[in-house]
Amino acid sequence: MTEYNFAYLDEQTKRMIRRAILKGLAIPGYQVPFASREMPMPYGWGTGGVQVSAAVLTPKDTFKVIDQGADDTTNAVSIRTFFQRTAGVATTTATSDATVIQTRHRIPEERLHEGQILVYQVPIPEPLRFLEPRESETRKMHSLEEYGLMHVKLYEDISRHGHIATSYAYPVKVEGRYVMDPSPIPKFDNPKLGDMAAIQLFGAGREQRIYALPPYTQVVSLDFEDHPFEASKADHPCGMCGATDSYLDELIIDDAGGRMFVCSDTDYCEARQSAGHKGKDAA
Amino acid sequence: MYVAVKGGERAIENAHAWLAEERRGNTDVAELSIAQIREQLSLAVNRVMAEGSLYDPDLAALAIKQAQGDLIEAIFLIRAYRTTLPRFGASEPVDTGMMACDRRISATFKDLPGGQVLGPTFDYTHRLLDFKLAADGEVPKAPSRDAGTATVPHVTEFLNREGLIEEAPHDDTPPPDLTREPLEMPADRALRLQALTRADEGFTLGLAYSTQRGYGRNHAFVGELRIGSVPVEMDIPELGFAVEIGEVILTECETVNQFTGSKTEPPQFTRGYGLVFGQTERKAISMALVDRALRWEELGEDNVGAPAQDTEFVLYHADNIQATGFLEHIKLPHYVDFQSELELVRKLRREAGAQQVQEAAE
Amino acid sequence: MQANTLSGGFADPATQSAHAFRSVMEAMARPGTIQDIHGAVPPAPLSPAMGAVLLTLCDTETPVYLAGDMDCEAARAWLAFHTGAPFVGPAQCMFAVGKWDALTPLAIYPIGTSEYPDRSATLIVECSELAAGATLTGPGIKDQATLSLPELEAFQANRTLFPLGLDFIFTCGERLAALPRSIEVSRSSSEAIAQAGAS
Repeated sequence: MTEYNFAYLDEQTKRMIRRAILKGLAIPGYQVPFASREMPMPYGWGTGGVQVSAAVLTPKDTFKVIDQGADDTTNAVSIRTFFQRTAGVATTTATSDATVIQTRHRIPEERLHEGQILVYQVPIPEPLRFLEPRESETRKMHSLEEYGLMHVKLYEDISRHGHIATSYAYPVKVEGRYVMDPSPIPKFDNPKLGDMAAIQLFGAGREQRIYALPPYTQVVSLDFEDHPFEASKADHPCGMCGATDSYLDELIIDDAGGRMFVCSDTDYCEARQSAGHKGKDAA
Repeated sequence: MYVAVKGGERAIENAHAWLAEERRGNTDVAELSIAQIREQLSLAVNRVMAEGSLYDPDLAALAIKQAQGDLIEAIFLIRAYRTTLPRFGASEPVDTGMMACDRRISATFKDLPGGQVLGPTFDYTHRLLDFKLAADGEVPKAPSRDAGTATVPHVTEFLNREGLIEEAPHDDTPPPDLTREPLEMPADRALRLQALTRADEGFTLGLAYSTQRGYGRNHAFVGELRIGSVPVEMDIPELGFAVEIGEVILTECETVNQFTGSKTEPPQFTRGYGLVFGQTERKAISMALVDRALRWEELGEDNVGAPAQDTEFVLYHADNIQATGFLEHIKLPHYVDFQSELELVRKLRREAGAQQVQEAAE
Repeated sequence: MQANTLSGGFADPATQSAHAFRSVMEAMARPGTIQDIHGAVPPAPLSPAMGAVLLTLCDTETPVYLAGDMDCEAARAWLAFHTGAPFVGPAQCMFAVGKWDALTPLAIYPIGTSEYPDRSATLIVECSELAAGATLTGPGIKDQATLSLPELEAFQANRTLFPLGLDFIFTCGERLAALPRSIEVSRSSSEAIAQAGAS
């Protein structure tokens, strides 16, 4: 078999993706259609993110991949290895050392800085899809800024449950114009979307969409005056590093159903532990 | 004390090694060659070429071997390979009227110019396990005769001469390219056909069958089914004319459908069309039925809400590589989102519980 | 065919276009910042920055409009050889290339549709300088940024079309900056004072 190009994709495909990224940055929150290619990993496993990363990476980059906040989850390992092999880039687990971070389902705890790029893997980019399955309809709704249906859905939650029953992939409005799906991050991460120094790029391979948030873009989680948005997490400190400000995974640690809570961001947790922070479950 | 799970990389490597071993199976049994798969599992090879959208029997056979016979996995391998290939140009449209037919049948006429040619078909085999094959697969040579050189005319042309079937006017507009442009709705017929020809065989079959059972019924006759090889020509700008660059085997199905007329069209027969790489007739017939069902709008028919009439539903769900990827991705960890849901459900239950206590107290 | 038609492209397209794209992307994501871009040596009147942007973004799928002086044999031959981009008029283009005076008025370029605002032209404007100038606010900018612009009114009018509209890349020597449609532009306070003093 012939050798593959730098970062796997051929140059024409990269140009097509790059043009879509630029339009995405120019129209924050708008989903730009792009001719997603079949990748050597399955659709739904990060092909959108991988194509976006392939289009932005240079040989000088340092690349980090997380899934669920962790660098060592199998799919994160697999994607990291893919780019090590095809782009020869340096890799890291340290958030602050990375220039390009591909993520599934989390935004790192540590504040990102200028010069960094956060690439999200997106399964269903259309925030209105579960209210209206037809693409031709949702496209019209975006063009007319017809977001009433979304507000009705959220308000129905409140009248039925007393709360908005969306805990992840919580919809946001970008620059007062487009309602956007932030990918399935927990709503705990939503406030980080707007106050971000890094460039945020979203890739949905199977659904053939790319969208973007330039740094410091205005991003507002949808809510109501009498029910303001609340970024919630498990009400515990991390058992390993003692952090009280990080998003936590809940682990079942024994057959009796004993539980402990640890940071989902493994780099954040390890950095805190090496700095001497200790939680109640740490050795 | 809790120790976080590590070593994803080694786990993956070991899993791959085990997989390779499983693929090979018992090493006392001779290894399959690509040529054996290509020659003796040719219908599997054809399906992989059709749904993989790449005409290369050797690569398809390799993919089947590598995928341990999982055809969707094999199709995926081919698709991922084909996207990396540079494009030198596009061929001229093939002319199926020039097909050297191995098989050509019509259900609408007893006999017709060019004749009914059964060809290598399972149709009239009795589906009895042939235990002889378990011991010895050698077969006597099938009788043959000279193929002749005359081209075989299309059946629908006979109906066209009488004006009984809708016109299919010649159109030189280049079709959109599904593999280079994002799928866009509404999809015209060229785009729909392109999506259907690489669509999952099972999905297409199920949809076609549903139209026969009344979900968007448009009673179809197989006007003609033909399988054979056609020359592929490509225009070479430096030469200024088209040259033949090879041959492909195709299956083409044209259905003739009842049509009593609509608000816009007179009573006449209408067409459904299927064209698929390789000998793939179940797929080609299914494709023609679904194509016809999707044409309700241009023919002025009513949308009865049948799944096979719904272009978005059909085209967005027909691709088995997209479908299987997304379906199987739910195996990946989702514990961050699950944690979010846990917190929410606990909160809702706590509040519902508190409310009940309060109501009981009142 | 001229010798300089064949030369001056990226020697190592995969990595050079990757670096060039990052410059373009940073510029588009952080309006007002000025980025370096290298790797292309196109014939005059194309600047190295202009050449690199075109090599990075254009191919047979992107109709290009060459305006004014840029529509010359040297530029056409070089672009045709290195990108294969088809040349079209302003109404059909995806990229328009030229100096500001030759590119205006802006009403002739596609601005996208309400359902597909991305189907709009990007104007690549060759400038004599890139420096501080007008005040920019909007996505990509923390508080405010500044950039020399050939004029204000055209960009203000373009902003009112949002989410439709045109996007701009400004090239000069081996540097570039960008102005997406989302950005509000106004006269900087120093310019406003100069203007008031003049009148």
